[in-house]
Amino acid sequence: MTAADGTGERRHDAVGRVTLDRLIPSDVREIEPIVELVTRECRVLALSARQCALNVPVALTEALSNAILRGNRGVREKHVRVRAMVSDSALVLEVADEGTGFDLDACTIDPTRPGNIEREDGRGLFLMRSLMDRVERYDRDAHNVVRLILNRS
Amino acid sequence: MSFSIKKQGEICVVDVEGQLIVGNRQELKQKVLDELEKGEKKFLIDFSQTGYIDSSGLGVLVSLSKKIREQGGELRLANLNDDLKTLFELTKLDTLFQIADTRERALESF
Repeated sequence: MTAADGTGERRHDAVGRVTLDRLIPSDVREIEPIVELVTRECRVLALSARQCALNVPVALTEALSNAILRGNRGVREKHVRVRAMVSDSALVLEVADEGTGFDLDACTIDPTRPGNIEREDGRGLFLMRSLMDRVERYDRDAHNVVRLILNRS
Repeated sequence: MSFSIKKQGEICVVDVEGQLIVGNRQELKQKVLDELEKGEKKFLIDFSQTGYIDSSGLGVLVSLSKKIREQGGELRLANLNDDLKTLFELTKLDTLFQIADTRERALESF
């Protein structure tokens, strides 16, 4: 389906989707450059200004942060793989870590409830769900994958 | 990304340049806490040069808000662009913080 070589090159697959594929070490300092790269490509591929300034960078930062700090527990030698696929209809982001995964359906904290407003944590998954059209999690080749789907607006 | 703190009268004005995310939030937190420890009470965080904020960045703002309040101080936020306003509205943090459209209005509100 895609040119999955981890080089970060932009490629076109057989059905015309544009694909980015990059492998990064588990270090939170790696987040900003990869988010900038993906966001820049989204701009080039004409996603909306709001999606490029808010939805994509925030949701992808959350997914990467979870993968690095929770999935890979900050062990730099472990890697996170980021794939971005853009078609005429949607952007699909996949973030894969080396962790054991988690139950997405069990994560139901609502940080907007009055008792939760002053919590310092618990907004990551909420933001991913709020800013993306769909959030999925699955296992692939012993990796935990979070998939974010955003329809073009 | 960088954070700078300047005194404007008795108010500490913090400029957030770039992103406020998991990789740099501690730097902002520590800078503000250092000023709080020195006895400063009034803080304004200006987001006019800010790109985006993630959940960790929002968490640090919540934490600072509580710590400043505990010390009898006040925190204001200013210059959120439309995307950042949406982020605060989504999370309902617009109900927790006092947010001004401009730095001047925020300064006047103390």
